[in-house]
Amino acid sequence: MKKLALFTAILVICGLTFASAIAQNKPAKAPYKIGAVIDVTGSASGLGEPEKQTLLMLTDELNAKGGINGHKIEMIIYDNESDPTKAVTKAKKLVSEDKVIAVIGATQSGTTMPIVDIISEAKIPLVSVAASWKIVTNPETKQTRPWVFKTAQSDSLAVSKIYEYLNKNNISKVALITVSNGFGDSGRGELQRLAPSFKITIVADERFGEQDADMTAQLTKIKGTDAQVVICWCIQKGAALVAKNFKDLGMPQKLIMSHGIANQNFLDLAGAAANGIILPAGRLIVAEQLPLTDLQRKGLLDYKSKFEAKFSPAKVSTFGGHAYDAFKILTNALKKAGPEPEKLRAEIEKTKNYAGCGGIFNMSAADHEGLTKDAFVMVQIKDGKWELIN
Amino acid sequence: MEWHSQLIQYLATGITTGAIYALVALGFTIIYNSTEIINFAQGEFVMLGGMIAASLLAMAGMPMWAAIMLAIALATLLGVIFEQLAIRPVKNPSVMNLIIITIGGSILLKGAAMIIWGKDDRPLRSFSSSQPLHIFGAAVTPQSLWVMAGTLVAVILLHFFYEYTITGKALRACAYNKKAARLCGISVERMVLFSFALSAAIGALAGILIAPITFTSYDVGTMLGLKGFCAAIFGGLGSNPGAVLGGLVIGALESLSAGYISSGYKDAVAFLIMLLVLYFRPTGILGKRSEKV
Repeated sequence: MKKLALFTAILVICGLTFASAIAQNKPAKAPYKIGAVIDVTGSASGLGEPEKQTLLMLTDELNAKGGINGHKIEMIIYDNESDPTKAVTKAKKLVSEDKVIAVIGATQSGTTMPIVDIISEAKIPLVSVAASWKIVTNPETKQTRPWVFKTAQSDSLAVSKIYEYLNKNNISKVALITVSNGFGDSGRGELQRLAPSFKITIVADERFGEQDADMTAQLTKIKGTDAQVVICWCIQKGAALVAKNFKDLGMPQKLIMSHGIANQNFLDLAGAAANGIILPAGRLIVAEQLPLTDLQRKGLLDYKSKFEAKFSPAKVSTFGGHAYDAFKILTNALKKAGPEPEKLRAEIEKTKNYAGCGGIFNMSAADHEGLTKDAFVMVQIKDGKWELIN
Repeated sequence: MEWHSQLIQYLATGITTGAIYALVALGFTIIYNSTEIINFAQGEFVMLGGMIAASLLAMAGMPMWAAIMLAIALATLLGVIFEQLAIRPVKNPSVMNLIIITIGGSILLKGAAMIIWGKDDRPLRSFSSSQPLHIFGAAVTPQSLWVMAGTLVAVILLHFFYEYTITGKALRACAYNKKAARLCGISVERMVLFSFALSAAIGALAGILIAPITFTSYDVGTMLGLKGFCAAIFGGLGSNPGAVLGGLVIGALESLSAGYISSGYKDAVAFLIMLLVLYFRPTGILGKRSEKV
């Protein structure tokens, strides 16, 4: 009798667990797998880390709300170690092994370019968070790549914004100092290409190496010219060294930098030397100072408070913002069109008036970036803080 | 800007970097003299000096001079540990084996630094005001003067140490002939340990002096180490005055080529000079130890 009771008890327990297992599985539909190839470590880690954090945060948030039409999101993030070769391996893995429905990444133009063809051939959408226009437009054929989108503002927009600012202030003679890598070369190209249309004359064109520890020599040359402003196109350490050397030499010109320095690490490195630098930047870093009528303001403040609450003491960054936009644009389209690749691609193309972190996106079949130069505002650094210039 | 103030500007910049190369080169020389090995971990001690000082200042908020002293002391201790754990226990201590061990040690130190401190660059504040001085139209930061003065003091102290103290003389004896030194009752093992400590200390000093100018990060040691090595080869491996001269010449030429030719070729200058010296005068400019006793 005792044995029978025990047997029954075991049977009941087994039955209950089985039933509950079924009950749990029942409403869940197969998750949507989204892949991401991000520069989490390596030279671009400062950019990639907040991107990864943002993607994880948004995935959790969306899943907590029940996912998309009952489908949870499964976010598969691979680290390419800021290495183009590794980006290729990881992208192939996402396509062939994980069978994702779309890919986000990579962080830099250099790590995105090699995966553009891989994802395009797999015929699934790629939303890059890097800046170069070559990502969405084939530079040889000038055709928009059908499967590729991006959320980071192009260099040409930043350059246009700077030149517009110079025109407004009646400045026409500029000196360039740019770093010799993908970012610096691309910026330099755009600065030269757009100068004539804004009636800007480039009186000096200096360059420096990525690992250089001293740019005094190049700045000394510029000091001897009649340039009214110096435009530096570099990120992180190199940009901070230019700022320091610039101050030490007592350069008479104004210093303008690119949107690439819009992060806390640059302020920490450059310290007092950053004072007075003018740059075009996405609205995220000056969200609180935006007028209440600004369409992006609410979304920006919302992202900022959520991110900083979750990852404190990390500060929200422009780059995390690009990942935010990529995720939102992708999942918005997914909500409307479902996971079928061609429909999803067409839906992303229809993105209209999406007020994100990087600007207000209006995509079309010909424009897979969807931003204008007004994605930027001009900002000045004052005592370690970003200040909006009106 | 006038041409002569431009020239002075390039030279001032070049001599500052050159002084750092000189200190790194001295580190190579000291160890080479007592062991004949080239310590490729030398650059990592430069990195350690800067990184330890930067984090001491950031964390404990201690005064500058105390942070500097403590950073040098800690780096020296690491140099001693490195010798004790990696160099001394080697069963077959051929020069080649030991050199390869130092390369391994360098990778280990760099990796550990990356894990401990992360990958961001770190600032270190200047020793004194950061208001630049204007000398003949060229701007020289006070930190550059600190670098030059620090190097000068280190070189003078080192000279007196080698010439007038028993330990210094014993080190020199080891450099000339190990067997004879041992026969005179000098403990060669202790001298090797001592030279590792000394070169780690000098490396750390270099790292601390330069950090306010160039920032520091876990990977600064590699390039500084290589440039210091070039300087040591240029001056003649094993010669202290040669190391200093080599550092200054390479630093100045780098800066001049960045100013007058293109900064793209700057790094190539150091290596080109090293190749030329190795080709035409393998003993270096001031090297005398071509025929060993």
